[in-house]
Amino acid sequence: MDTLQKMISWLPQLLDGTRITILMTITSTCAGVILGIFLALGKISRNVVISKLCSAYIFFFRGTPLLMQLYFLYYAVPMFLPALTINSRFLAAFIAYGLNSAAYCAEFIRAAIQSIDHGQFEAAKALGLSYGQTMRLLIIPQSIRRLVPPVGNEFIMMLKDVSLVSIISLGDLTKVTRSINSSAATPLVFIPSMIIYLIITAFFTFVFNRVEAHVAKKE
Amino acid sequence: MSMIRTENLCKSFGDLEVLKDVNVEVDTGEVVVVIGPSGAGKSTFLRSLNTLEEITSGKIFIEDKIFIHRENNKTLDKMDNAAFKALLLEMGMVFQRFNLFPNKTVLGNVALAPMQVRKKSREEAEAIAKRLIDRVGLSDKLDVYPSKLSGGQQQRVAIARALAMEPKIMLFDEPTSALDPELVGEVLNVMKDLARDGMTMLVVTHEMGFAREVADKVIFMADGQVLETGTPEEIFSAPKTDKAKQFLASIL
Ligand SMILES: Nc1ncnc2c1ncn2[C@@H]1O[C@H](COP(=O)(O)OP(=O)(O)OP(=O)(O)O)[C@@H](O)[C@H]1O
Ligand SMILES: [Mg+2]
Repeated sequence: MDTLQKMISWLPQLLDGTRITILMTITSTCAGVILGIFLALGKISRNVVISKLCSAYIFFFRGTPLLMQLYFLYYAVPMFLPALTINSRFLAAFIAYGLNSAAYCAEFIRAAIQSIDHGQFEAAKALGLSYGQTMRLLIIPQSIRRLVPPVGNEFIMMLKDVSLVSIISLGDLTKVTRSINSSAATPLVFIPSMIIYLIITAFFTFVFNRVEAHVAKKE
Repeated sequence: MSMIRTENLCKSFGDLEVLKDVNVEVDTGEVVVVIGPSGAGKSTFLRSLNTLEEITSGKIFIEDKIFIHRENNKTLDKMDNAAFKALLLEMGMVFQRFNLFPNKTVLGNVALAPMQVRKKSREEAEAIAKRLIDRVGLSDKLDVYPSKLSGGQQQRVAIARALAMEPKIMLFDEPTSALDPELVGEVLNVMKDLARDGMTMLVVTHEMGFAREVADKVIFMADGQVLETGTPEEIFSAPKTDKAKQFLASIL
């Protein structure tokens, strides 16, 4: 009984952390997907400079640890360039996660675009559609269907990567759990905390499955 | 008047010469059928006309206006973009594998290019589209996605889609060879209907019945060259070259 009461008393704090975790996951995955589309288009572009730049970006963000990118953006950049100091921890984390996620998204978005039958480009060209129109109206919408599963995957990964924000002292679910753990001197808090993670994961997995079924109908 | 004319059209893929000095003329209102063995270069020839393939050298005229002139893989007499596009859009193309847009309904497939390329309003584009979809006999499928259609129906939509751009010549690349035999007839009927209406057509096909019935001229291609040109009667009943004799024996 005592235990249960304790857990309930932690709940408001844990839910505060949950809110930050979910908000960060949603915003940075969205930013990652949108920026990822442009990176993917850039990478397959026939313009060599653009293509190389996008490849370099992807190489950098996939080739260095996310934790270090976050740390770098929040602590190191302001030392070199004080003008670029980001005061909001949330904003700093959002930028780091968004930029990082974009690199991963770009790779599977490119794969989805390149998996579209070449006949689609030919039919579009024969009808006089421009490359931009073809991408915007045909290729990207057709890719979206194939993108739902990897985006769902990226989302779930992000949910857990967000736990790294504690290094810049942003109070996400993991950070809150650790503070309760040390102040209340009991590891019991990990139980409700992990249950919350599992509930979020289950909920969003369900949502992505529904979205996938929905877009499948529209073809 | 000639609708399309090619002069010494050559096309290589790397070292492989696929088209060797192809000279073909299609007059306005004419139906020309191209036949020939696999690998002869028939598809490449058709695709060169509407720039899906870039020719190595030669000239292409549309309505006696120079459309493409290339030598040694370089474009000469480059015309301005608007004029070029206008001539390009005089050609509609129908592919062997239909290539309908799976994310668009039947109506969406046909109305898309008039809206995006011809900048017509949605109402206007859809009115044109509905008329053409009706013409190919698919009025009851307007809001259906292509994946729900049979191959024959998909190909009829593809024809309507090409017609929606109001081309002056239609290019068909083996429009029925991906179809189950019982679906070939419905597509050929649409094509015969077009021919009767006076549409200029250049058709790669192995449907000899179609060629006999509607072709004004048959071209026999082999190894990247035009070996024979004549009326269907001349080509089918009295082929001159051994290659044509062999080919006709193999398909009849
Ligand atoms: N993109 C390409 N790259 C390299 N070679 C090609 C390419 N497209 C076609 N070829 C070659 O060009 C030759 C002619 O091909 P094409 O498809 O035009 O023949 P076809 O007459 O249409 O044959 P089919 O009756 O089989 O359709 C073939 O040897 C083919 O392998
Ligand atoms: Mg072919």
